[in-house]
Amino acid sequence: MIYARRAWIVLWKDLLSERRSKETLNALFFFSLLLLFLFQFTLGADRERLVAALPGLLWLGFILSGLVGLGRAFLAERENDCWEGLLLAPGDKSAIYLGKVAGNLLLMLLVEAILLVLFAVFFNLDLAAHLLPLAPVIGLGTIGFAAVGTLFGAMTAHVRARELLFPVLLLPVQVPVLLGAVKATEAVLLGEPLAAVGHWLGLLAAADVIYLTVGVLTFDAVLEA
Amino acid sequence: MTADPSIHVIGLGKAFGGHLVLDDVSLDVRPGEAVALLGPNGAGKSTLLRILATLLRASRGTARVAGYDCSRQPESVRARVGLLAHGAWVYEDLTALENLKFWATLGGLPNGPEALGGALAAVELDRVADERVRTFSLGMKRRLALARFVLARPPVLLLDEPFAGIDQRAGKWLDEHLGAFKAAGGAILMATHSFGRGLGVADRIAILAGGRVALDTPLGALAPDDVRRLYDLHAEDGA
Repeated sequence: MIYARRAWIVLWKDLLSERRSKETLNALFFFSLLLLFLFQFTLGADRERLVAALPGLLWLGFILSGLVGLGRAFLAERENDCWEGLLLAPGDKSAIYLGKVAGNLLLMLLVEAILLVLFAVFFNLDLAAHLLPLAPVIGLGTIGFAAVGTLFGAMTAHVRARELLFPVLLLPVQVPVLLGAVKATEAVLLGEPLAAVGHWLGLLAAADVIYLTVGVLTFDAVLEA
Repeated sequence: MTADPSIHVIGLGKAFGGHLVLDDVSLDVRPGEAVALLGPNGAGKSTLLRILATLLRASRGTARVAGYDCSRQPESVRARVGLLAHGAWVYEDLTALENLKFWATLGGLPNGPEALGGALAAVELDRVADERVRTFSLGMKRRLALARFVLARPPVLLLDEPFAGIDQRAGKWLDEHLGAFKAAGGAILMATHSFGRGLGVADRIAILAGGRVALDTPLGALAPDDVRRLYDLHAEDGA
């Protein structure tokens, strides 16, 4: 109970701070908008190319905006040395990790929802019919991304070249998630039933469990390092 | 009978890479006692406080706080120590009340409205409880940090330049509160550069130089000018 309360208070703090400042959300919205313009210029009006590239583009958008968001995940902790406070807080530090993961997850899901709407508007796509089967794919993919991103965000928070190191560390580890998410998204957008992508969803779920477990077990050491 | 020291440091050393910051530091602070730690920049005052707070590990020697070993029992030490470092541990976009609620919940401290309101009133921030910390002065942020100690009531306070950047009024207020903490049996180890206000609450001064405690003496009737002379003599000798 105390553990859950500690995780909740970290989530509450992150969401409240973001609601007030809107720093990350504003940055991610305009970043997403720029990405969409870029995709539009690159693909033009060729519908066939667009449909073929759409799953990759969607996840490219999610990953790039996620990188920007997750890279800022521990910015508030660096201000006023709050990091020290987290480190000296008694009890299991993994509660802090889970609270941060939950905050990052919600923020990323919000940005992804905005990106989906923008994709539909920019490319004149009817994504509404695919939303239900897409939800578990996006959800599972985003959990894996947020789990590792939060851990690596903490690892690189005090490194001088963190902007460079963060994506370099994160992206290779994300290969299973990216592979599973893009393949499952492709199948869902082609109208295949969710059952047909069960193996990819299984891969995503397994990756999520592994990443979250590693995060829970190692966050204390990362915070202390 | 003399009480066991709240802070007990023997032969403490700390090196960063090949650079030795603390060489052989030994120091005791007893309950109800405040020790002002003086020394030039880079003497290792903050390093010593960070080792005692378990933020750093000593390279050698022993450091015990409230009877617990800082290296082997960090969780027990953390539950008994309050650290006021350079940063005030405040989130700028939260209000004073929200900041206090956050740290109280995370630390497993009382976090009901009465407890939080009482702690803010104790540091005279109750009237700005719902204002964002972004609008606060440095002195107000320091007071908010001290409100955490009102809730946690740690027996040991480690203060790093607590009087830096705060005005006369806030300084007087801090003096009074540290005096009350000491009178209630709390132990204070305070790094300071100030020979005036910073020494007001101290019972002893320890001058850190050359990685060692070059002088550890009761403050007694020493005037600030005497302390300055001792400081010049020992800090320069040790450096």
